[in-house]
Amino acid sequence: MKILVPVKRVVDYNVKVRVKADQSGVELANVKMAMNPFDEIAIEEAVRLKEAGVASEVVAVSCGVPACQETLRAALAIGADRAVLVTSVVELQPLAVAKILKAIVEKEAPSLVILGKQAIDDDANQVGQMLAALLDWPQATFASKVEASDGQVRVTREIDGGLETLAMPLPAVITTDLRLNEPRYATLPNIMKAKKKPLETVAGESLGVDLAPRLTTLKVVEPPSRKAGILVADVAQLVDKLKNEAQVL
Amino acid sequence: MTTLVIAEHDNASLRSTTRNAITAARRLDGEVHVLVAGGGCSAACEAAAGIEGVDKVLCADQPACTDQGAEALASLVVAMVKAGTVAYTHILAPASTFGKNVTPRVAALLDVAQVSDVVAIEDANTYVRPIYAGNALATVRSDDGIQVLTVRTTAFDAAADGAAAPVEAVSIEAAAGGSSLVGRQLTESARPELGAAKTIVSGGRGLGNGDNFQALLEPLADRLGAALGASRAAVDAGFVPNDYQVGQTGKIVAPQLYVAVGISGAIQHLAGMKDSKVIVAINKDPEAPIFQVADYGLVGDLFDVVPQLTAALG
Repeated sequence: MKILVPVKRVVDYNVKVRVKADQSGVELANVKMAMNPFDEIAIEEAVRLKEAGVASEVVAVSCGVPACQETLRAALAIGADRAVLVTSVVELQPLAVAKILKAIVEKEAPSLVILGKQAIDDDANQVGQMLAALLDWPQATFASKVEASDGQVRVTREIDGGLETLAMPLPAVITTDLRLNEPRYATLPNIMKAKKKPLETVAGESLGVDLAPRLTTLKVVEPPSRKAGILVADVAQLVDKLKNEAQVL
Repeated sequence: MTTLVIAEHDNASLRSTTRNAITAARRLDGEVHVLVAGGGCSAACEAAAGIEGVDKVLCADQPACTDQGAEALASLVVAMVKAGTVAYTHILAPASTFGKNVTPRVAALLDVAQVSDVVAIEDANTYVRPIYAGNALATVRSDDGIQVLTVRTTAFDAAADGAAAPVEAVSIEAAAGGSSLVGRQLTESARPELGAAKTIVSGGRGLGNGDNFQALLEPLADRLGAALGASRAAVDAGFVPNDYQVGQTGKIVAPQLYVAVGISGAIQHLAGMKDSKVIVAINKDPEAPIFQVADYGLVGDLFDVVPQLTAALG
């Protein structure tokens, strides 16, 4: 069984982004980039399924600028077998990414697509569900446990009230939540090996899908900041402030 | 203009998130229809019909919808839109795990964009939404013919009762999805729902273990009538179940009072609670970033401070 894992290059989760003065977006120049943490979990899960003998091949795919190659190399260092970079000159929004991935799925014919539930830059949480819809495949979002066997997959999902377990036939789309696994650190030998693994580049425009952005960003601003609070000396003062100043008790 | 709100419910009752979504729908001028899709969901339909601002409730009480799977629900919504009996301009759901699961499927099948986690509606196609864990707010315009939105529930008040809208049965059948429900393990709690609570007591790694979490925070939450929340660190460490998590990728909350105990305040956690009206932080590390957003900070050992606070509130 082949597993396809889409990965996104995003601003590193430790970076506090700054809004540009002209309100056109956030500052991305000279900012540390990394693989979206949820996608790292997706790669790890796919590699574990391969190590367990359930999967035979793990293919990582990324869409966007040429620098996404670094993200793909990181996926290869974790243990993906090969990578596909789909380049695009236009800004790719979730629907366009889902359409690109559908075209790649049709070419690669994986049994399972595992990807992060959301990217930590646009926080959209859409691509996995959209891809499943376009393929008319079942989906299991926000996965915290995946058990795959015999053309079936059983997934435990993190939902607002607790946990939910779904069973579905393959092929299917799974999106990862935080507690699915803890991704390994790529070792130096694996990072070196990753440099030699195949990485194919495909022009997004050659896939025959509509990549045009549907949403126009009119402006990006800083959220209102909270005014500075105070330190209280002890519990008595805290209770007094909450009762008499904040009036929340 | 007509907005279709996809209701979140458990057949017997509506989740409060549905009321927040209805308030958002009312910001768009036009009729508000509420789709209640489930199995044996007539009580939830009646509840929806009573909410102020609802013009019509569409009740899809069908076997395929019983488990509220994303595939079945999305197929139903798309079929209803395509049937064209009503020219829906907006499809809207709460940005809960329920809404997030279903609406992108709807958008993709309609070949339109989705705007996720809307916090303000500027006009019929312009919205404000947080990006980068809430460190920036983007104003976006969608030029698609049908607008698919999920709304952040803390940004819109819960709509109150005060209507008697008609309830119509949906004649269109949902297509059965490929997935089947094996089971649900829902956290039983007598406490208020985290997303709708007026007061939240939230614990982090500083509590050390699950026993301390319960022993220290339960009595405090009892005194305050509060819901219990947690940081990612506390959930990852197994102190409490996943549904306690407050943050960028967990629950977004905005109570009147948020008491953060032993939480350092990673940006991902702050993203989930910084719109709270009053924030109290208790932490032994005076440099903890949580103090930068707290209205009242108390530097001290939580094992001393929390019992004192619980006693002082008695």
